[in-house]
Amino acid sequence: MPTFVEEKTMKRVTVKQEACIGCGLCQVYCTIEHSKTKDPIKAYLQEQPKPVSRVRVETSKPNSISIRCQQCKDTPCVNACLTGAMTLDKETGLVTHDPEKCIGCWTCVMVCPYGAVKPDSTGKIIAKCDLCPDREVPACVENCPNEALVCEEVDE
Amino acid sequence: MTKYVIIGGSAGGIGAVEAIREVDPAGELVVISDEKVPQYSRPMISEYVSREATLDTMKYRADQFWKDNNVQALTGHVATKIDFAKKMVELDGKQTISYDKLLIATGGKPFVPRMEGSDKSGVFTFTELSSAEGIEAKVEQSKSAVVIGGGLIGVSAAEALVKRGIKVTLVELKDKILNLILDETASDIAEKVLTDDGVTVITGQSVQKILGKQDKPDTVGGVVMTDGTQISCDLVVVAIGVIPRTDLVKDSAVKVNRGIVVDRHMQTSVADVYACGDVAEAHDFLINGNRLLPLWPLAHLGGRVAGYNMAGKQTEYEGGTVMSSLKYFDLPVITVGTVNPQNISDYEVLVEYKPEKTVYKKILLKDGKIEGFIFLGDLEKAGIFFRLLKNSVDVTEIKDMLLSEDFGIVALPEQLRQEMFVVN
Ligand SMILES: Cc1cc2nc3c(=O)[nH]c(=O)nc-3n(C[C@H](O)[C@H](O)[C@H](O)COP(=O)(O)OP(=O)(O)OC[C@H]3O[C@@H](n4cnc5c(N)ncnc54)[C@H](O)[C@@H]3O)c2cc1C
Ligand code: SF4
Ligand code: SF4
Repeated sequence: MPTFVEEKTMKRVTVKQEACIGCGLCQVYCTIEHSKTKDPIKAYLQEQPKPVSRVRVETSKPNSISIRCQQCKDTPCVNACLTGAMTLDKETGLVTHDPEKCIGCWTCVMVCPYGAVKPDSTGKIIAKCDLCPDREVPACVENCPNEALVCEEVDE
Repeated sequence: MTKYVIIGGSAGGIGAVEAIREVDPAGELVVISDEKVPQYSRPMISEYVSREATLDTMKYRADQFWKDNNVQALTGHVATKIDFAKKMVELDGKQTISYDKLLIATGGKPFVPRMEGSDKSGVFTFTELSSAEGIEAKVEQSKSAVVIGGGLIGVSAAEALVKRGIKVTLVELKDKILNLILDETASDIAEKVLTDDGVTVITGQSVQKILGKQDKPDTVGGVVMTDGTQISCDLVVVAIGVIPRTDLVKDSAVKVNRGIVVDRHMQTSVADVYACGDVAEAHDFLINGNRLLPLWPLAHLGGRVAGYNMAGKQTEYEGGTVMSSLKYFDLPVITVGTVNPQNISDYEVLVEYKPEKTVYKKILLKDGKIEGFIFLGDLEKAGIFFRLLKNSVDVTEIKDMLLSEDFGIVALPEQLRQEMFVVN
């Protein structure tokens, strides 16, 4: 497969599969972090549109795994995006989504090999992991009780 | 220094510009486009007509894109001829531009069947911003429209017009709308959603004639269907499909089948001449051969691969296949690969249908591999299936799990998970 990005250092959240117990707290903290109020009760019960988690915990006994955008080097979602809403930030190496430009055509959903992009609760645009731009450490990583999630700088 | 010339500045042309500049920041780069602002998202012309987007918000790349990439953008100009021996492109029938490497990314032109009255004012196609602007300017004075063609483009046109509050009739020659990308069940669901939103859907028929208004015979007043019924309307949108714009290579050494035939480097049969996008017939990973696939992501990817190769970075095109995602009438659908095979008995078919939730999923397996799938209503994991299909992964072992709620990356056999999904 062609590689489209020059070598660079970037951030990515990875999961230690043997340590993930499938508790789902990463989903909860992701949802709260991406809510307007950042208040657990309001985020879950009152806010409209409902905030959605950009992390998905999958369980198939005895395994579980916490999935989110992996910042693919070959950026399938960026290449496929119909509008230019999904871009590769040349500075940070991160795949960034612009909700203003997004029209919810679901093309990125079709080509994301991790199933890490999904329609948000309005059904008008997509939601995906943004590595919590307002935080030092992403909410899911900080709150994983079993330290199964690692936010690492990767030398590509 | 290499001189690059690209004809067409849309999905494919832009992909090539970006790739060339990654490899060669200095080479002279010329883009010729007969559209004045070619860098808009073509699929968004429907948003333009529905007034959900303006020319500004539908830009695929910013206005300074050409300047930032040091491109001489000859917009509003037509490439009229190519001399492959002299390596020259003729512009507007006048001056010539030489090239070392040429990319033909001229896209498709709308197909308009022979039909009496198709020259009347109020008849539009639906592939260019200029036609969208024409329609938009007429919508206000129109009460009703007939859209000819029940494929993706026709459905997108119908949605835009319904959103503007006019009465829409959608006409499809075959028995089912969206029949190239949906199976019967999914098409029926789509048809119901369109109907519920006020579109009149007529299938199994076509328009044989476009009529004028009584007082203004040169202006659209209605259509006559193949069975003779008349429908009055103020607008006709012909949205049957696009055909590759291959005129520039006619009677040349460039091999054309239905589109310009390219190899895995996106090169045509003539050295230093490349093609991509709607004009090209490029690799399809499912049929393992060349095929016309007029889709935005593939035009862009093909353009990127062409650009790398033109600039000297050997890159192979991974290919595409029939792959569409739809959002029209708030019905989310992703459909990939073979979904209506001729010999259905050669396939194993897995189906899940929950009408109450408008969720429908269908997976077609052949020799243990996924050859096609439709996900309607619940899309989240579609990308995982796309990857399994693209990589021709044998899913026999996990077949029974594919449609289960719990299916996901976790359900893939360990080795597969390592190979395909675990962080590279
Ligand atoms: C309404 C609509 C909705 C669509 N929706 C989707 C969708 O949801 N998903 C999807 O994947 N695809 C969709 N498509 C298809 C998608 O837009 C095309 O596949 C894509 O635009 C092809 O890109 P391209 O670069 O090959 O050609 P085009 O986008 O067709 O661009 C070719 C450019 O070259 C110019 N040109 C041609 N000949 C010359 C010449 N001789 N001289 C100068 N300039 C020339 C043309 O004017 C044009 O600007 C849609 C298309 C339409 C019309
Ligand atoms: S959204 Fe999906 S395809 Fe895009 S970079 Fe993230 S994991 Fe890769
Ligand atoms: S859903 Fe949004 S981000 Fe995804 S491809 Fe469409 S416009 Fe781009």
